[in-house]
Amino acid sequence: MSAHANELAVDHHDDHGHHHKETFITKYIFSQDHKMISKQYLITGLFMGIIGISMSILFRMQLAWPDHQFTIYEVLLGKWGEDGVMDPSMYLALVTIHGTIMVFFVLTAGLSGTFSNLLIPLQIGARDMASGFLNMVSYWLFFLSSLIMVMSLFVEAGPASAGWTVYPPLSALPQAMPGSGAGMTLWLVSMAIFIASSLMGSLNYVVTVINLRTKGMSMTRLPLTIWAFFVTAIIGIVSFPVLLSAALMLIMDRSFGTSFFLSDIYIAGEVLHNQGGSPVLFEHLFWFLGHPEVYIVILPAMGMVSEIMATNARKPIFGYRAMVASILAIAFLSTIVWGHHMFLSGMNPFLGSVFTFTTLLIAIPSAVKSFNWITTLWKGNLQMNVGMLFSIGFVSTFITGGLTGIILGDSALDINVHDTYFVVAHFHLVMGISALYGLFAGVYHWFPKMFEGKLMNKNLGYVHFWITAIGAYGVFFPMHFIGMAGLPRRYYTNTAFPYFDDLTDVNVVISIFAFITAAAQLVFLYNFIHSMFYGKVGPKNPWKSNTLEWTAEVKHIHGNWDGPIPEVHRWAYDYSKLNSDESDYVIAGQDYAPQHIPLQENEEEMHH
Amino acid sequence: MTAFLVVLVIILFGITVLQLSKILNMSKSAEKLGEGSEVASEKDNNINGWLMLGFVFFTYLLLIVCFYKWWDVLLPQAASEHGSTIDTLMFISMTLIFVVGFFTLWLLSYFSFKYRGNSTNRALFFADNDKLEFIWTIIPVIVLAGLIIFGLFTWTDIMNVDTEDDPMVVELYAYQFDWRARYSGEDNTLGEANVRLIEGVNQLGVDASDPNAQDDVVVNELHLPVGRKILFKIRSQDVLHSAYMPHFRAQMNCVPGMITQFSFTPSITTEDMRMDDEVVAKVRKINNIRREKSKDLAAKGEEALEPYEFDYLLLCNKICGSNHYNMQMKIVVESQEDYDAWLATQPNIATALKK
Repeated sequence: MSAHANELAVDHHDDHGHHHKETFITKYIFSQDHKMISKQYLITGLFMGIIGISMSILFRMQLAWPDHQFTIYEVLLGKWGEDGVMDPSMYLALVTIHGTIMVFFVLTAGLSGTFSNLLIPLQIGARDMASGFLNMVSYWLFFLSSLIMVMSLFVEAGPASAGWTVYPPLSALPQAMPGSGAGMTLWLVSMAIFIASSLMGSLNYVVTVINLRTKGMSMTRLPLTIWAFFVTAIIGIVSFPVLLSAALMLIMDRSFGTSFFLSDIYIAGEVLHNQGGSPVLFEHLFWFLGHPEVYIVILPAMGMVSEIMATNARKPIFGYRAMVASILAIAFLSTIVWGHHMFLSGMNPFLGSVFTFTTLLIAIPSAVKSFNWITTLWKGNLQMNVGMLFSIGFVSTFITGGLTGIILGDSALDINVHDTYFVVAHFHLVMGISALYGLFAGVYHWFPKMFEGKLMNKNLGYVHFWITAIGAYGVFFPMHFIGMAGLPRRYYTNTAFPYFDDLTDVNVVISIFAFITAAAQLVFLYNFIHSMFYGKVGPKNPWKSNTLEWTAEVKHIHGNWDGPIPEVHRWAYDYSKLNSDESDYVIAGQDYAPQHIPLQENEEEMHH
Repeated sequence: MTAFLVVLVIILFGITVLQLSKILNMSKSAEKLGEGSEVASEKDNNINGWLMLGFVFFTYLLLIVCFYKWWDVLLPQAASEHGSTIDTLMFISMTLIFVVGFFTLWLLSYFSFKYRGNSTNRALFFADNDKLEFIWTIIPVIVLAGLIIFGLFTWTDIMNVDTEDDPMVVELYAYQFDWRARYSGEDNTLGEANVRLIEGVNQLGVDASDPNAQDDVVVNELHLPVGRKILFKIRSQDVLHSAYMPHFRAQMNCVPGMITQFSFTPSITTEDMRMDDEVVAKVRKINNIRREKSKDLAAKGEEALEPYEFDYLLLCNKICGSNHYNMQMKIVVESQEDYDAWLATQPNIATALKK
């Protein structure tokens, strides 16, 4: 085998020019290879995920047993957990940083960064990204922003704690809360760098998809993963700069005395000079990114789920064109619905009507996608690999979480559930858990492409999936109820309101499920690290998939294919396609026809 | 109760672990048979297919248990006129969600179970069907059109304040971490105010020279006459807050630098609401919990909790700082006479500022 490979390497040496000597630093640290960069993204993302989830464990403990003293608070939080009592400001800091880390660092960079980098070149048949250098800079800026975010946890007055949406004036005035001092400054710096990193990544993805597709890979033959990454990158380019402008203006307001977002404020015994600004302006700017952001998080997961589901169902994805159309529709609509976070912000109620209309429209492409996934399963031959289970789980949580969006997107109904735990339950299911399922599905499915053919242990994978699936619903179903009971989110404790005394039980149940679910992630972590080193090496194409990445070399080489890049002759979903006389599959005895296989003699050309 | 729930959770967890250990054992024996690959075997397909079927029942069961255990924590009937429309719309949307969720989740799990992989099976090459796509595009379109229209009419009704109704103007004033209310007095017009005028007892920065301000009344407990339309003018002194009155299905943010508004007509007095069956049951449950807690506290030698009596609440529902969780004001809805009598006992601004 290896002798053969060497021969090929010699034969086609001209094909992939630059084979220079790799040092440890160029190979593992300042690597410009998309496969290494994707691993760097994943591992940084997972590390941030551990921090984010650990924080949620701490505040879930506080919510379930507010009167109880836990020494662990003192151990982990120091002066904010003296005598085992959590400081209310620290509680807010934990929810703030949990939100920031999970949304941006785990589900944006860890998900889109990892898989866009890994899969775009491999699935479109490219040697690497359009600009390997830009890609490297993008990762290192992400690393720097993660570092600053983690550092901000250790500043004296505490990290940013105005909520992950950092609405001013709360986030602008250190007099309003301790976290709005140095912690907030670091938060803004970190986010500004993060945005730069995200933009560099996105531009690279777009250029690569447009320019570097291999021969025969027309846009309509792209796997849905690539469509999703491509459109996600475009949304990122459109919306992230707006967040940057908001962050810059907030920095100005905080440090240079401007009044973009501040007006008529009396705090800590004095009137501030600021006049004429409006916090509502910040909300507009923030949510102009903030809403597309949830699609930046969920679209890549959708793309990967489509791909993994088709492969494991041994069936083409149902309604490929409708799937692409709904990705585009969702992307377009996502940029004109931001106001549904602001129905009660004091903006003109007429705008509320407009945003209700556009918001509920999103339900249409979402419904189309869900039905298409379900139909993909219908009459399939489902291979229950762990990636497949997470993909089915994704559709389940996307439905249960998405449906409650019909309530929240309706301005009239939003009045009473806005900012309650109902919202928390909704978005955790529809974008948090769903996107995490997408991430896990992707990791289990493409692990062999990341770690040179090694597979993750399936039994640990099954344990991980089933506990997570049950635990996640155990956490978020009951949470809808405390939201409908009128309990506002971001309350350090409910004990100030005897009216909410009967919700303590519910909180205990939620927390117990949360601990179990979090514990299951340790199984994943163990499996991931163990398989990275000792995983069993499977076949070159373990899931019998059609896409090009499985034709690339198992061993990581710069340039992906040792020989010439394969040419593409068909779309990515010719699973279980029969020949014209329906006597056998197109390729006899093999229920899949990979993209690089030319049309067979007795095959009817049906798609693309 | 808590104990029961904990036990329930432990049982569910136990079942999970048991099932999982079964999988592990089965796959271990499979390994002995030489199926040591990390790719799903037929046995894995079978077990996970069955578990998928079980999963949908788990989802239904969880929902039923949640409803059974916690139906009573939900908010009681709406105490405002527009609130019942919101509740109807909520009920319709919820019904829709349950029906759609029930069927789609069933299909998802049932297909996962029914078509679990098998080496003799052959998947159907089924890539497109315009008719199906059309059906599940058009159905959501129609259903959503209905919901959007109902929702928008409701929203517009609530948010458009008709001055012909002659609403009573009341200011809600938010600051870290408490509320004040200012009644506009006989002229039903609030005097001008700005944070720059805050000084001493003039906590709300009311312009003392404004004739409209003289009869304004500042209080820290909100009293509302039943059946009278109230127009709240909402201000904030420092950061964003949100005036949330869940029992009235009412909420609006408090934004420094601008005046926001929300209007509703309270329809049930506090006294009547205390007699409402759901509220009675809820209060009884809460008091049982508080009695249990008091026992623990007494054992530790601490003060017992006071018994709880129902009151309407105004809560802060926008993160506003460390005491966000305890920024509340009591609301009393009473008859016009009681309200008038109460208001007469409160000093107006002209007198208050003179002191």
